[in-house]
Amino acid sequence: MTPDLMDEGARRVAARRAPEALGQTESGGRAAGFSRIAVPGEVDVTHGRILYLEDVNVSFDGFKAINHLSLDIAPGELRCIIGPNGAGKTTMMDIITGKTRPDSGTVFFGSTIDLLRHNEPEIASLGIGRKFQKPTVFEQLTVFENLELALKTHKGVKSSMFFRLDSAQSDRLAEVLHTIHLAGSVTRMAGNLSHGQKQWLEIGMLLMQDPKLLLLDEPVAGMTDEETARTAELFLTLKGKHSLMVVEHDMGFIRTISEKVTVLCDGAVLAEGTLDRVQADERVIEVYLGR
Amino acid sequence: MTTPAIQLPAPAPLLTRSGWSAFIVALIVVCAVAPVLNLWVPAGSALHLSDYAVALLGKIMCYAICALAMDLIWGYTGILSLGHGLFFALGGYVMGMYLMRQIGRDGNYQSDLPDFMVFLDWKELPWHWALSDSFVATLVLIVAVPGLIAFVFGYFAFRSRIKGVYFSIITQAMTYAAMLLFFRNETGFGGNNGFTDFKRILGMPIATPTMRMTLFVLTGVTLLGFFLLARWLTLAKFGRVLQAVRDAESRVMFSGYAPLPYKLTIWTLSAMMCGVAGALYVPQVGIINPGEMSAANSIEIAVWAAVGGRATLVGPIAGAFIVNGAKSWLTVTAPEFWLYFLGALFIAVTLFLPDGVVGLVKKLKSRKSEGAAP
Repeated sequence: MTPDLMDEGARRVAARRAPEALGQTESGGRAAGFSRIAVPGEVDVTHGRILYLEDVNVSFDGFKAINHLSLDIAPGELRCIIGPNGAGKTTMMDIITGKTRPDSGTVFFGSTIDLLRHNEPEIASLGIGRKFQKPTVFEQLTVFENLELALKTHKGVKSSMFFRLDSAQSDRLAEVLHTIHLAGSVTRMAGNLSHGQKQWLEIGMLLMQDPKLLLLDEPVAGMTDEETARTAELFLTLKGKHSLMVVEHDMGFIRTISEKVTVLCDGAVLAEGTLDRVQADERVIEVYLGR
Repeated sequence: MTTPAIQLPAPAPLLTRSGWSAFIVALIVVCAVAPVLNLWVPAGSALHLSDYAVALLGKIMCYAICALAMDLIWGYTGILSLGHGLFFALGGYVMGMYLMRQIGRDGNYQSDLPDFMVFLDWKELPWHWALSDSFVATLVLIVAVPGLIAFVFGYFAFRSRIKGVYFSIITQAMTYAAMLLFFRNETGFGGNNGFTDFKRILGMPIATPTMRMTLFVLTGVTLLGFFLLARWLTLAKFGRVLQAVRDAESRVMFSGYAPLPYKLTIWTLSAMMCGVAGALYVPQVGIINPGEMSAANSIEIAVWAAVGGRATLVGPIAGAFIVNGAKSWLTVTAPEFWLYFLGALFIAVTLFLPDGVVGLVKKLKSRKSEGAAP
């Protein structure tokens, strides 16, 4: 055999093995066996679930806010959560984002990341963004500065001291400004925006984080009909690329965006399915929709 | 669809053109004008800067450094410290220990040990005086001691998420506890008399006009330097994260920032700045005692910042000058009214000038330009 033939052979073997080693085969590396390489901080969705809650319990001073709750969300799904006040919707988001520790249960992001072992900033960096019920933006900073702070980048003290926006990041920022219709208010103080605009800004800040999963607590509260329609449009474009979990009371809005609805009541799942099916459910009518 | 270009705001310069001019003027005044007026202009002349004025201004510039440090932690980060007097005093004590050792055998008892130790019948220096003979070690300790104490205290306080008024009360208790500790003779800090009667610094006599002027210039340059540092920090994204922590800490966390390192950094830095101010203060006033750690002193620092205008950097410096200028004038003309005045000032500022003097000036300026526009 000639040396160049031997070289050629070695190259082909290497080319075949490289993707296997990285888990970049057709089935996400699963064919390579059970000893798949789990990359720290990377979400593993090969099991078809991006968020997985099982048998979660929380009680505050004896009151069971979350009661044996089990729920899962697929990658790219847009899930709406409805339920009466005190059903545990916000508490559930608190658990997912690390604000509240459950008394028992498991919460996984993908198949490998145990969210109960992380704190709020770590969970945010892993790729879970959250919008609060009451719009929470940095009121004394401009719209631009709000978005810049949310930008996905190193978030340590030293890198913040020497941070400069590069051109790719500027483009991303401009794009988000358009998406949230605040391109004309770049230098306005966030505190001077209208309620609806603050909601949009907060959504924009989530987009800047480029999260894999977005948790949105009443995103259209206080918005005009036009703003609500635009928000629905935005969420539908996000669907597929991101997973969304939306808590809302606005049934019209839910009808526009949802494919699957989960009804929470007393800290547990009461019903799940399409909006029509859920609305026809006797128990749901009883506790939430009213006759 | 292509998105039309948006003009994103460019990063703000460290200082504007007029800002730099003002800065240079201040630098010239401190480094050239003041020395000339004090040392070379004869005492009878109308332009002469009296020694009293030099001492007073030097002192106020030390206070202004504290006010600046307070602005970083309170104005920008929203953490009201009522214990910054402790860090100021600690820097002062480190400097005081060095100055005590510089007295050498010229004290009342002609001993190698400082007078108060002879008085207590101590035979050798306590361990914590070990480095006080070295000027270099003193310079390091001036920032290291307040910095370390602030770091340890801050780590536990911020990790436990102690906020708002609770944090203020704890810092107040901290400086009070330290004052009680320093009052005791056996801790080796000269008890309630503290340190005084300094003779030399770096082997040179301390009470000469030239030395006084040197310390004055040094203080002024330090103040201006710290101002630039603070300006750089607050203009960087770091400063915006601090403001974000002040306005909506939960949003900061859910944006992926861990607030603890940010708070700890600015808190420690702020304490170090106060330490430097204290170290510059002691050789100029010639005394340091536990009274500097009293609760009122720390509260006064907060008053200067509030009067000048929080989160403006220039404001607190101006506030330190305004309040202390008024203080030195009032305590001479009507000493019994000073505390009433201070209280009234604080109430008036809180009620009518939430943005301080700087806010007032800005408001007047914008009203003027509105009036000028057709």
